[in-house]
Amino acid sequence: MKKLINDPADVVADALRGMAAAHPDLRVDHENRVVFRGDAPRQGKVGLVSGGGSGHEPMHAGFVGLGMLDAACAGEVFTSPVPDQVAAATRGVDGGAGVLHIVKNYTGDVMNFEMAAELAAAETDTEVVAVVTDDDVAVKDSLYTAGRRGVGVTVLVEKLAGAAAEEGRPLAEVADVARRVNAAGRSMGMALTSCTVPAAGRPTFDLPDDEMEIGIGIHGEPGRRRVPLAPAREVAEMLLEPVLSDLDMTGGDGVIAFVNGMGGTPLIELYLMYAEVVAVLEKAGIGVARNLVGSYMTSLDMAGCSVTLLKADDELLRLWDAPVRTPSLRWGV
Amino acid sequence: MVDAEALTAWVREFARLVHEQRDELTRLDSAIGDADHGANLDRGMTAAVAALDAQSAAGPAAVLKTTATTLIKTVGGASGPLYGTFFLRAAGALDGVPDPTDPAALARAVRAGLDGVVARGKAERGDKTMLDALGPACDALDEALAAGKPLDEALGAAAQAAADGRDATEPLVARKGRASYLGERSAGHVDPGAASATLLVQAAATALAGRG
Repeated sequence: MKKLINDPADVVADALRGMAAAHPDLRVDHENRVVFRGDAPRQGKVGLVSGGGSGHEPMHAGFVGLGMLDAACAGEVFTSPVPDQVAAATRGVDGGAGVLHIVKNYTGDVMNFEMAAELAAAETDTEVVAVVTDDDVAVKDSLYTAGRRGVGVTVLVEKLAGAAAEEGRPLAEVADVARRVNAAGRSMGMALTSCTVPAAGRPTFDLPDDEMEIGIGIHGEPGRRRVPLAPAREVAEMLLEPVLSDLDMTGGDGVIAFVNGMGGTPLIELYLMYAEVVAVLEKAGIGVARNLVGSYMTSLDMAGCSVTLLKADDELLRLWDAPVRTPSLRWGV
Repeated sequence: MVDAEALTAWVREFARLVHEQRDELTRLDSAIGDADHGANLDRGMTAAVAALDAQSAAGPAAVLKTTATTLIKTVGGASGPLYGTFFLRAAGALDGVPDPTDPAALARAVRAGLDGVVARGKAERGDKTMLDALGPACDALDEALAAGKPLDEALGAAAQAAADGRDATEPLVARKGRASYLGERSAGHVDPGAASATLLVQAAATALAGRG
Protein backbone atom coordinates (compact mmCIF):
# COMPACT_ATOMS: atom_id res chain seq x y z
CA MET A 1 0.00 0.00 0.00
CA LYS A 2 1.35 3.40 -0.98
CA LYS A 3 -0.59 6.24 0.64
CA LEU A 4 0.11 9.70 2.01
CA ILE A 5 -0.75 8.79 5.58
CA ASN A 6 0.92 8.67 8.97
CA ASP A 7 -0.87 5.72 10.51
CA PRO A 8 -3.88 3.84 9.09
CA ALA A 9 -5.67 4.32 12.42
CA ASP A 10 -5.31 8.13 12.26
CA VAL A 11 -6.40 8.82 8.68
CA VAL A 12 -9.77 10.39 9.49
CA ALA A 13 -8.56 12.50 12.42
CA ASP A 14 -5.51 13.72 10.49
CA ALA A 15 -7.59 14.64 7.43
CA LEU A 16 -10.04 16.61 9.59
CA ARG A 17 -7.12 18.60 10.99
CA GLY A 18 -6.22 19.47 7.42
CA MET A 19 -9.79 20.48 6.59
CA ALA A 20 -9.88 22.75 9.63
CA ALA A 21 -6.59 24.36 8.61
CA ALA A 22 -7.66 24.81 4.98
CA HIS A 23 -11.12 26.17 5.68
CA PRO A 24 -11.19 28.57 8.61
CA ASP A 25 -14.79 29.48 7.75
CA LEU A 26 -15.82 25.99 8.87
CA ARG A 27 -15.82 24.81 12.49
CA VAL A 28 -14.48 21.32 13.11
CA ASP A 29 -15.48 19.42 16.23
CA HIS A 30 -12.53 17.03 16.37
CA GLU A 31 -13.87 15.06 19.32
CA ASN A 32 -17.15 14.18 17.59
CA ARG A 33 -15.69 14.37 14.09
CA VAL A 34 -18.30 16.78 12.84
CA VAL A 35 -17.64 19.61 10.37
CA PHE A 36 -20.00 22.57 10.92
CA ARG A 37 -20.71 25.73 8.99
CA GLY A 38 -18.90 28.45 10.90
CA ASP A 39 -22.17 30.29 11.53
CA ALA A 40 -24.23 27.26 12.63
CA PRO A 41 -26.80 27.17 14.06
CA ARG A 42 -28.61 29.72 11.90
CA GLN A 43 -31.72 30.90 13.71
CA GLY A 44 -34.93 30.13 11.83
CA LYS A 45 -33.20 28.08 9.13
CA VAL A 46 -33.71 24.35 8.72
CA GLY A 47 -30.43 22.61 9.56
CA LEU A 48 -29.11 20.04 7.10
CA VAL A 49 -27.03 17.19 8.47
CA SER A 50 -25.46 14.45 6.43
CA GLY A 51 -22.59 12.12 6.99
CA GLY A 52 -21.31 8.70 6.32
CA GLY A 53 -18.16 6.72 6.18
CA SER A 54 -15.01 8.61 5.26
CA GLY A 55 -13.19 7.83 2.02
CA HIS A 56 -15.79 9.51 -0.24
CA GLU A 57 -14.29 13.00 -0.13
CA PRO A 58 -15.26 15.66 -0.91
CA MET A 59 -18.63 14.19 0.20
CA HIS A 60 -19.84 15.11 2.79
CA ALA A 61 -17.66 17.65 4.63
CA GLY A 62 -16.68 19.30 1.34
CA PHE A 63 -20.33 20.29 0.92
CA VAL A 64 -20.69 22.14 4.22
CA GLY A 65 -21.36 25.83 3.79
CA LEU A 66 -23.80 28.38 2.48
CA GLY A 67 -26.52 26.84 0.32
CA MET A 68 -25.71 23.24 1.16
CA LEU A 69 -25.06 21.33 4.42
CA ASP A 70 -24.88 22.80 7.93
CA ALA A 71 -22.93 19.85 9.28
CA ALA A 72 -21.32 16.63 8.12
CA CYS A 73 -20.35 13.68 10.33
CA ALA A 74 -17.24 11.74 9.37
CA GLY A 75 -17.24 8.04 10.22
CA GLU A 76 -14.26 5.76 9.98
CA VAL A 77 -13.28 4.87 6.40
CA PHE A 78 -16.33 3.27 4.75
CA THR A 79 -18.07 2.98 8.12
CA SER A 80 -21.10 5.05 9.03
CA PRO A 81 -20.74 7.57 11.85
CA VAL A 82 -21.96 6.54 15.30
CA PRO A 83 -25.21 7.89 16.82
CA ASP A 84 -23.34 10.23 19.21
CA GLN A 85 -21.74 12.03 16.27
CA VAL A 86 -25.02 12.49 14.45
CA ALA A 87 -26.70 13.65 17.67
CA ALA A 88 -23.92 16.21 18.24
CA ALA A 89 -24.30 17.47 14.67
CA THR A 90 -28.08 17.69 15.07
CA ARG A 91 -27.78 19.74 18.28
CA GLY A 92 -25.18 21.99 16.67
CA VAL A 93 -27.32 22.96 13.67
CA ASP A 94 -30.69 23.27 15.38
CA GLY A 95 -31.77 26.86 14.84
CA GLY A 96 -35.35 26.22 15.92
CA ALA A 97 -36.71 25.30 12.48
CA GLY A 98 -35.94 21.59 12.65
CA VAL A 99 -33.22 19.42 11.20
CA LEU A 100 -33.11 17.33 8.03
CA HIS A 101 -30.96 14.19 8.02
CA ILE A 102 -29.77 13.17 4.56
CA VAL A 103 -28.88 9.49 4.78
CA LYS A 104 -27.53 7.23 2.07
CA ASN A 105 -29.31 3.88 1.99
CA TYR A 106 -26.79 1.56 3.57
CA THR A 107 -27.73 -0.73 6.44
CA GLY A 108 -25.25 0.84 8.86
CA ASP A 109 -25.97 4.45 7.93
CA VAL A 110 -29.71 3.99 8.27
CA MET A 111 -29.39 2.24 11.66
CA ASN A 112 -26.98 4.79 13.15
CA PHE A 113 -29.01 7.78 11.94
CA GLU A 114 -32.18 6.15 13.29
CA MET A 115 -30.57 5.65 16.69
CA ALA A 116 -29.35 9.27 16.64
CA ALA A 117 -32.85 10.54 15.84
CA GLU A 118 -34.17 8.47 18.77
CA LEU A 119 -31.52 10.05 21.01
CA ALA A 120 -32.34 13.55 19.79
CA ALA A 121 -36.05 12.97 20.37
CA ALA A 122 -35.38 11.74 23.90
CA GLU A 123 -33.10 14.66 24.79
CA THR A 124 -34.68 17.67 23.14
CA ASP A 125 -37.76 18.68 21.24
CA THR A 126 -35.84 19.17 18.00
CA GLU A 127 -37.89 18.04 15.06
CA VAL A 128 -35.84 15.68 12.88
CA VAL A 129 -36.90 14.38 9.48
CA ALA A 130 -34.73 11.86 7.66
CA VAL A 131 -34.64 11.43 3.90
CA VAL A 132 -32.89 8.30 2.68
CA THR A 133 -31.34 8.38 -0.79
CA ASP A 134 -31.50 5.22 -2.91
CA ASP A 135 -30.73 5.93 -6.55
CA ASP A 136 -28.39 3.12 -7.61
CA VAL A 137 -30.08 1.09 -10.34
CA ALA A 138 -27.39 -1.60 -10.12
CA VAL A 139 -29.20 -2.94 -7.07
CA LYS A 140 -32.60 -4.53 -7.21
CA ASP A 141 -35.07 -2.74 -4.97
CA SER A 142 -37.39 -5.15 -3.22
CA LEU A 143 -38.78 -5.95 0.18
CA TYR A 144 -36.32 -8.81 0.41
CA THR A 145 -33.13 -6.85 -0.12
CA ALA A 146 -31.41 -3.94 1.59
CA GLY A 147 -32.81 -1.84 -1.28
CA ARG A 148 -30.98 0.36 -3.76
CA ARG A 149 -27.85 2.13 -2.53
CA GLY A 150 -27.66 5.86 -2.10
CA VAL A 151 -24.99 7.18 -4.44
CA GLY A 152 -24.59 10.16 -6.82
CA VAL A 153 -28.00 11.65 -6.26
CA THR A 154 -26.99 12.37 -2.66
CA VAL A 155 -24.75 15.21 -3.88
CA LEU A 156 -27.66 16.67 -5.84
CA VAL A 157 -30.03 16.30 -2.86
CA GLU A 158 -27.56 18.14 -0.64
CA LYS A 159 -27.27 20.98 -3.16
CA LEU A 160 -30.98 21.34 -3.94
CA ALA A 161 -32.40 20.81 -0.45
CA GLY A 162 -29.61 23.06 0.85
CA ALA A 163 -30.73 25.82 -1.49
CA ALA A 164 -34.34 25.37 -0.37
CA ALA A 165 -33.30 25.63 3.29
CA GLU A 166 -31.22 28.73 2.54
CA GLU A 167 -34.40 30.37 1.18
CA GLY A 168 -35.88 29.99 4.65
CA ARG A 169 -38.43 27.36 3.69
CA PRO A 170 -39.91 25.17 6.43
CA LEU A 171 -38.70 21.65 7.24
CA ALA A 172 -41.59 19.88 5.51
CA GLU A 173 -40.88 21.70 2.24
CA VAL A 174 -37.12 21.19 2.42
CA ALA A 175 -37.66 17.48 3.08
CA ASP A 176 -40.10 17.38 0.18
CA VAL A 177 -37.47 18.82 -2.18
CA ALA A 178 -35.00 16.18 -0.96
CA ARG A 179 -37.50 13.35 -1.53
CA ARG A 180 -38.49 14.69 -4.93
CA VAL A 181 -34.86 14.86 -6.07
CA ASN A 182 -34.20 11.34 -4.84
CA ALA A 183 -37.29 10.04 -6.61
CA ALA A 184 -36.34 11.72 -9.90
CA GLY A 185 -32.67 10.70 -9.89
CA ARG A 186 -30.96 7.47 -10.92
CA SER A 187 -27.31 6.39 -10.99
CA MET A 188 -25.03 3.64 -12.20
CA GLY A 189 -21.31 3.22 -11.57
CA MET A 190 -18.35 1.23 -12.83
CA ALA A 191 -14.80 0.51 -11.71
CA LEU A 192 -11.53 0.04 -13.57
CA THR A 193 -9.66 -0.84 -10.37
CA SER A 194 -10.44 -1.68 -6.79
CA CYS A 195 -9.59 0.68 -3.96
CA THR A 196 -7.35 0.11 -0.96
CA VAL A 197 -8.81 0.70 2.50
CA PRO A 198 -5.95 2.03 4.68
CA ALA A 199 -6.71 -0.34 7.57
CA ALA A 200 -6.84 -3.34 5.20
CA GLY A 201 -3.62 -2.41 3.41
CA ARG A 202 -4.38 -4.11 0.12
CA PRO A 203 -6.95 -3.75 -2.68
CA THR A 204 -10.44 -4.88 -1.66
CA PHE A 205 -10.78 -7.00 -4.80
CA ASP A 206 -8.61 -8.08 -7.69
CA LEU A 207 -9.48 -6.85 -11.14
CA PRO A 208 -7.35 -7.97 -14.10
CA ASP A 209 -5.98 -5.30 -16.45
CA ASP A 210 -8.38 -6.24 -19.25
CA GLU A 211 -11.59 -6.31 -17.21
CA MET A 212 -13.91 -3.87 -15.46
CA GLU A 213 -16.71 -4.07 -12.88
CA ILE A 214 -20.15 -2.76 -13.81
CA GLY A 215 -22.62 -1.75 -11.12
CA ILE A 216 -20.22 -0.99 -8.28
CA GLY A 217 -21.04 0.94 -5.14
CA ILE A 218 -18.81 3.43 -3.38
CA HIS A 219 -17.17 1.16 -0.80
CA GLY A 220 -15.01 -1.03 -2.98
CA GLU A 221 -17.71 -3.64 -3.00
CA PRO A 222 -17.54 -5.49 -6.29
CA GLY A 223 -20.26 -4.81 -8.85
CA ARG A 224 -23.01 -6.93 -10.31
CA ARG A 225 -20.90 -8.27 -13.12
CA ARG A 226 -17.42 -8.28 -14.55
CA VAL A 227 -16.98 -7.64 -18.25
CA PRO A 228 -14.08 -7.15 -20.71
CA LEU A 229 -12.70 -3.63 -20.85
CA ALA A 230 -14.51 -1.56 -23.50
CA PRO A 231 -14.17 1.88 -25.13
CA ALA A 232 -15.69 4.83 -23.20
CA ARG A 233 -18.47 5.04 -25.80
CA GLU A 234 -19.65 1.55 -24.88
CA VAL A 235 -19.16 2.15 -21.15
CA ALA A 236 -21.45 5.19 -21.38
CA GLU A 237 -24.11 3.01 -22.98
CA MET A 238 -23.67 0.28 -20.35
CA LEU A 239 -24.18 2.84 -17.58
CA LEU A 240 -27.04 4.77 -19.16
CA GLU A 241 -29.08 1.87 -20.48
CA PRO A 242 -30.17 0.66 -17.00
CA VAL A 243 -30.69 4.26 -15.81
CA LEU A 244 -32.93 5.16 -18.74
CA SER A 245 -34.86 1.90 -18.64
CA ASP A 246 -35.56 2.44 -14.93
CA LEU A 247 -36.93 5.98 -15.24
CA ASP A 248 -38.25 7.87 -18.24
CA MET A 249 -36.07 10.97 -18.49
CA THR A 250 -37.63 12.43 -21.64
CA GLY A 251 -39.82 15.53 -21.67
CA GLY A 252 -39.93 18.07 -18.87
CA ASP A 253 -37.16 20.59 -18.57
CA GLY A 254 -34.32 18.23 -19.35
CA VAL A 255 -31.93 16.58 -16.93
CA ILE A 256 -29.08 17.49 -14.64
CA ALA A 257 -26.30 15.16 -15.82
CA PHE A 258 -23.62 14.31 -13.27
CA VAL A 259 -20.49 12.42 -14.30
CA ASN A 260 -18.65 11.55 -11.12
CA GLY A 261 -15.11 10.25 -10.71
CA MET A 262 -14.45 7.49 -8.17
CA GLY A 263 -11.19 9.03 -6.94
CA GLY A 264 -8.52 7.49 -9.14
CA THR A 265 -9.69 8.68 -12.55
CA PRO A 266 -8.30 11.92 -14.03
CA LEU A 267 -10.59 14.74 -15.11
CA ILE A 268 -9.60 14.31 -18.76
CA GLU A 269 -11.28 10.90 -18.73
CA LEU A 270 -14.32 12.26 -16.92
CA TYR A 271 -14.80 14.94 -19.58
CA LEU A 272 -14.32 12.31 -22.25
CA MET A 273 -17.03 10.25 -20.55
CA TYR A 274 -19.27 13.30 -20.29
CA ALA A 275 -19.04 13.76 -24.06
CA GLU A 276 -20.13 10.15 -24.54
CA VAL A 277 -22.96 10.56 -22.05
CA VAL A 278 -24.23 13.64 -23.88
CA ALA A 279 -24.08 11.74 -27.17
CA VAL A 280 -26.18 8.88 -25.77
CA LEU A 281 -28.69 11.32 -24.28
CA GLU A 282 -28.99 13.25 -27.54
CA LYS A 283 -29.77 10.05 -29.37
CA ALA A 284 -32.45 9.29 -26.75
CA GLY A 285 -33.96 12.76 -27.18
CA ILE A 286 -33.02 13.91 -23.70
CA GLY A 287 -31.80 17.46 -23.20
CA VAL A 288 -29.15 18.32 -20.64
CA ALA A 289 -30.21 21.41 -18.69
CA ARG A 290 -27.27 21.48 -16.25
CA ASN A 291 -24.24 19.32 -15.59
CA LEU A 292 -21.64 18.50 -13.03
CA VAL A 293 -18.36 16.81 -13.97
CA GLY A 294 -15.72 15.90 -11.45
CA SER A 295 -14.86 13.68 -8.50
CA TYR A 296 -17.44 14.57 -5.87
CA MET A 297 -18.35 11.22 -4.35
CA THR A 298 -15.33 8.99 -4.39
CA SER A 299 -14.31 5.56 -3.26
CA LEU A 300 -10.78 6.30 -2.03
CA ASP A 301 -8.39 5.58 -4.91
CA MET A 302 -10.76 3.53 -7.04
CA ALA A 303 -10.55 4.29 -10.77
CA GLY A 304 -13.88 4.51 -12.54
CA CYS A 305 -16.93 6.68 -12.68
CA SER A 306 -20.64 6.88 -12.10
CA VAL A 307 -23.34 8.64 -14.04
CA THR A 308 -26.34 10.23 -12.34
CA LEU A 309 -29.30 11.70 -14.18
CA LEU A 310 -31.88 13.86 -12.45
CA LYS A 311 -35.08 14.71 -14.26
CA ALA A 312 -35.36 18.42 -13.61
CA ASP A 313 -38.11 21.01 -13.55
CA ASP A 314 -38.12 24.82 -13.26
CA GLU A 315 -37.94 24.80 -9.51
CA LEU A 316 -35.08 22.31 -9.29
CA LEU A 317 -33.10 24.26 -11.91
CA ARG A 318 -33.64 27.48 -9.97
CA LEU A 319 -32.43 25.76 -6.78
CA TRP A 320 -29.46 24.34 -8.70
CA ASP A 321 -28.47 27.83 -9.86
CA ALA A 322 -28.82 29.32 -6.37
CA PRO A 323 -25.59 30.48 -4.70
CA VAL A 324 -23.46 27.86 -2.99
CA ARG A 325 -20.22 28.38 -1.09
CA THR A 326 -18.60 25.19 0.20
CA PRO A 327 -15.04 23.85 -0.07
CA SER A 328 -15.91 21.73 -3.11
CA LEU A 329 -18.95 23.28 -4.77
CA ARG A 330 -19.19 27.02 -5.18
CA TRP A 331 -20.91 29.33 -7.60
CA GLY A 332 -23.09 32.41 -7.64
CA VAL A 333 -21.34 34.06 -4.70
CA MET B 1 -22.69 -18.86 38.75
CA VAL B 2 -22.91 -16.45 35.84
CA ASP B 3 -22.10 -13.32 37.80
CA ALA B 4 -20.66 -9.97 36.73
CA GLU B 5 -17.15 -11.37 36.84
CA ALA B 6 -18.14 -14.25 34.56
CA LEU B 7 -19.84 -11.93 32.06
CA THR B 8 -16.80 -9.66 32.09
CA ALA B 9 -14.68 -12.72 31.29
CA TRP B 10 -17.03 -13.46 28.36
CA VAL B 11 -16.68 -9.94 26.96
CA ARG B 12 -12.90 -10.13 27.38
CA GLU B 13 -12.68 -13.47 25.66
CA PHE B 14 -14.82 -12.17 22.79
CA ALA B 15 -12.51 -9.15 22.48
CA ARG B 16 -9.49 -11.45 22.48
CA LEU B 17 -10.94 -13.68 19.75
CA VAL B 18 -11.97 -10.69 17.62
CA HIS B 19 -8.47 -9.25 17.92
CA GLU B 20 -6.91 -12.60 17.04
CA GLN B 21 -9.30 -13.13 14.08
CA ARG B 22 -9.30 -9.49 12.99
CA ASP B 23 -7.56 -10.09 9.68
CA GLU B 24 -9.64 -13.17 8.91
CA LEU B 25 -12.88 -11.21 9.52
CA THR B 26 -11.63 -8.44 7.27
CA ARG B 27 -10.64 -10.97 4.62
CA LEU B 28 -14.17 -12.43 4.64
CA ASP B 29 -15.58 -8.89 4.44
CA SER B 30 -13.31 -8.06 1.48
CA ALA B 31 -14.89 -10.85 -0.52
CA ILE B 32 -18.50 -9.72 -0.16
CA GLY B 33 -18.47 -6.47 1.79
CA ASP B 34 -16.19 -3.51 2.33
CA ALA B 35 -13.16 -4.89 4.12
CA ASP B 36 -13.65 -3.30 7.51
CA HIS B 37 -15.47 -5.77 9.77
CA GLY B 38 -12.38 -7.00 11.62
CA ALA B 39 -10.95 -3.52 12.15
CA ASN B 40 -14.26 -2.05 13.33
CA LEU B 41 -15.22 -4.80 15.75
CA ASP B 42 -11.68 -4.97 17.13
CA ARG B 43 -11.75 -1.22 17.77
CA GLY B 44 -15.12 -1.50 19.52
CA MET B 45 -14.31 -4.51 21.66
CA THR B 46 -10.95 -3.03 22.70
CA ALA B 47 -12.87 0.06 23.85
CA ALA B 48 -15.45 -2.11 25.63
CA VAL B 49 -12.76 -3.92 27.61
CA ALA B 50 -11.19 -0.58 28.52
CA ALA B 51 -14.59 0.72 29.68
CA LEU B 52 -15.13 -2.39 31.83
CA ASP B 53 -11.63 -1.96 33.31
CA ALA B 54 -12.49 1.62 34.22
CA GLN B 55 -15.82 0.67 35.75
CA SER B 56 -16.01 -0.21 39.43
CA ALA B 57 -17.73 -3.41 40.55
CA ALA B 58 -21.21 -3.57 39.11
CA GLY B 59 -23.95 -6.11 38.55
CA PRO B 60 -24.28 -8.50 35.59
CA ALA B 61 -26.67 -6.19 33.73
CA ALA B 62 -24.28 -3.24 34.10
CA VAL B 63 -21.42 -5.22 32.52
CA LEU B 64 -23.46 -5.93 29.41
CA LYS B 65 -24.87 -2.39 29.29
CA THR B 66 -21.41 -0.83 29.39
CA THR B 67 -20.34 -3.16 26.61
CA ALA B 68 -23.41 -2.15 24.60
CA THR B 69 -23.07 1.60 24.95
CA THR B 70 -19.35 1.45 24.18
CA LEU B 71 -19.98 -0.52 20.99
CA ILE B 72 -22.73 1.87 19.91
CA LYS B 73 -20.42 4.84 20.57
CA THR B 74 -17.32 3.48 18.87
CA VAL B 75 -18.04 0.99 16.09
CA GLY B 76 -20.40 2.61 13.57
CA GLY B 77 -21.40 0.73 10.45
CA ALA B 78 -23.98 -1.99 10.82
CA SER B 79 -22.06 -4.03 13.36
CA GLY B 80 -22.03 -1.23 15.97
CA PRO B 81 -25.81 -0.90 16.28
CA LEU B 82 -26.34 -4.65 15.88
CA TYR B 83 -23.83 -5.88 18.49
CA GLY B 84 -24.69 -2.88 20.65
CA THR B 85 -28.37 -3.76 20.51
CA PHE B 86 -27.58 -7.41 21.28
CA PHE B 87 -25.78 -6.50 24.51
CA LEU B 88 -28.27 -3.76 25.41
CA ARG B 89 -31.29 -6.06 25.16
CA ALA B 90 -29.40 -8.83 26.97
CA ALA B 91 -28.61 -6.37 29.76
CA GLY B 92 -32.26 -5.36 29.91
CA ALA B 93 -33.30 -8.99 30.31
CA LEU B 94 -30.96 -9.43 33.30
CA ASP B 95 -32.04 -6.21 34.96
CA GLY B 96 -34.38 -6.74 37.90
CA VAL B 97 -34.37 -10.53 37.58
CA PRO B 98 -34.38 -12.22 41.03
CA ASP B 99 -31.31 -14.34 40.21
CA PRO B 100 -29.44 -13.00 37.20
CA THR B 101 -26.66 -15.52 37.81
CA ASP B 102 -28.92 -18.48 37.00
CA PRO B 103 -27.97 -20.14 33.67
CA ALA B 104 -31.62 -19.89 32.60
CA ALA B 105 -31.38 -16.12 33.03
CA LEU B 106 -28.33 -16.10 30.74
CA ALA B 107 -30.27 -18.05 28.12
CA ARG B 108 -33.16 -15.59 28.33
CA ALA B 109 -30.74 -12.67 28.06
CA VAL B 110 -29.09 -14.11 24.96
CA ARG B 111 -32.53 -14.74 23.46
CA ALA B 112 -33.53 -11.13 24.19
CA GLY B 113 -30.31 -9.98 22.51
CA LEU B 114 -31.12 -12.07 19.45
CA ASP B 115 -34.63 -10.58 19.26
CA GLY B 116 -33.06 -7.12 19.44
CA VAL B 117 -30.77 -7.88 16.51
CA VAL B 118 -33.77 -9.09 14.49
CA ALA B 119 -35.72 -5.92 15.29
CA ARG B 120 -32.82 -3.56 14.54
CA GLY B 121 -31.56 -5.26 11.40
CA LYS B 122 -34.92 -6.39 10.02
CA ALA B 123 -33.26 -9.55 8.77
CA GLU B 124 -34.37 -13.16 8.97
CA ARG B 125 -32.46 -16.39 9.25
CA GLY B 126 -31.23 -17.44 5.84
CA ASP B 127 -30.48 -13.85 4.75
CA LYS B 128 -26.73 -14.58 5.17
CA THR B 129 -26.15 -12.45 8.27
CA MET B 130 -25.01 -12.85 11.88
CA LEU B 131 -28.47 -14.25 12.66
CA ASP B 132 -27.55 -17.45 10.86
CA ALA B 133 -25.00 -18.19 13.61
CA LEU B 134 -26.69 -16.50 16.56
CA GLY B 135 -30.16 -17.96 15.96
CA PRO B 136 -29.16 -21.66 15.94
CA ALA B 137 -26.86 -20.99 18.93
CA CYS B 138 -29.78 -19.64 20.99
CA ASP B 139 -31.94 -22.58 20.02
CA ALA B 140 -29.22 -25.07 20.97
CA LEU B 141 -28.65 -23.34 24.31
CA ASP B 142 -32.36 -23.38 25.16
CA GLU B 143 -32.80 -26.99 24.12
CA ALA B 144 -29.80 -28.23 26.09
CA LEU B 145 -30.82 -26.36 29.25
CA ALA B 146 -34.43 -27.54 28.89
CA ALA B 147 -33.09 -31.12 28.64
CA GLY B 148 -31.37 -30.60 31.98
CA LYS B 149 -27.83 -30.43 30.56
CA PRO B 150 -25.22 -28.51 32.57
CA LEU B 151 -24.27 -25.00 31.37
CA ASP B 152 -20.87 -26.14 30.04
CA GLU B 153 -22.45 -28.69 27.81
CA ALA B 154 -25.24 -26.33 26.72
CA LEU B 155 -22.76 -23.61 25.74
CA GLY B 156 -20.64 -26.19 23.92
CA ALA B 157 -23.71 -27.18 21.91
CA ALA B 158 -24.46 -23.51 21.23
CA ALA B 159 -20.92 -22.89 19.98
CA GLN B 160 -21.17 -25.90 17.68
CA ALA B 161 -24.55 -24.73 16.38
CA ALA B 162 -23.12 -21.25 15.72
CA ALA B 163 -20.16 -22.67 13.82
CA ASP B 164 -22.46 -24.92 11.77
CA GLY B 165 -24.73 -21.96 11.05
CA ARG B 166 -21.73 -19.86 10.02
CA ASP B 167 -20.48 -22.56 7.64
CA ALA B 168 -23.96 -22.92 6.20
CA THR B 169 -23.91 -19.26 5.09
CA GLU B 170 -21.30 -20.05 2.44
CA PRO B 171 -23.66 -21.13 -0.38
CA LEU B 172 -26.34 -18.55 0.49
CA VAL B 173 -27.15 -15.48 -1.58
CA ALA B 174 -27.16 -12.45 0.74
CA ARG B 175 -30.46 -10.63 1.13
CA LYS B 176 -29.47 -8.05 3.74
CA GLY B 177 -26.48 -5.83 4.39
CA ARG B 178 -23.77 -4.79 2.01
CA ALA B 179 -23.19 -8.30 0.67
CA SER B 180 -26.71 -8.23 -0.81
CA TYR B 181 -25.51 -5.73 -3.44
CA LEU B 182 -23.54 -8.53 -5.06
CA GLY B 183 -26.64 -10.61 -5.73
CA GLU B 184 -25.72 -14.12 -6.88
CA ARG B 185 -22.04 -13.28 -6.58
CA SER B 186 -22.35 -13.25 -2.79
CA ALA B 187 -22.73 -17.05 -2.84
CA GLY B 188 -19.58 -19.06 -2.20
CA HIS B 189 -18.34 -16.97 0.71
CA VAL B 190 -18.85 -17.29 4.47
CA ASP B 191 -20.67 -14.28 5.91
CA PRO B 192 -18.32 -12.16 8.06
CA GLY B 193 -21.13 -11.26 10.51
CA ALA B 194 -21.92 -14.93 11.04
CA ALA B 195 -18.21 -15.52 11.60
CA SER B 196 -17.91 -12.84 14.29
CA ALA B 197 -21.18 -13.96 15.93
CA THR B 198 -19.70 -17.45 16.15
CA LEU B 199 -16.74 -15.97 18.04
CA LEU B 200 -19.21 -14.38 20.47
CA VAL B 201 -20.74 -17.77 21.25
CA GLN B 202 -17.39 -19.56 21.36
CA ALA B 203 -16.19 -16.91 23.81
CA ALA B 204 -19.16 -17.68 26.05
CA ALA B 205 -18.40 -21.40 25.92
CA THR B 206 -14.78 -20.77 26.90
CA ALA B 207 -15.21 -18.01 29.46
CA LEU B 208 -18.26 -19.44 31.22
CA ALA B 209 -16.95 -23.02 31.36
CA GLY B 210 -17.15 -24.40 34.87
CA ARG B 211 -19.40 -21.59 36.05
CA GLY B 212 -22.72 -23.41 35.64
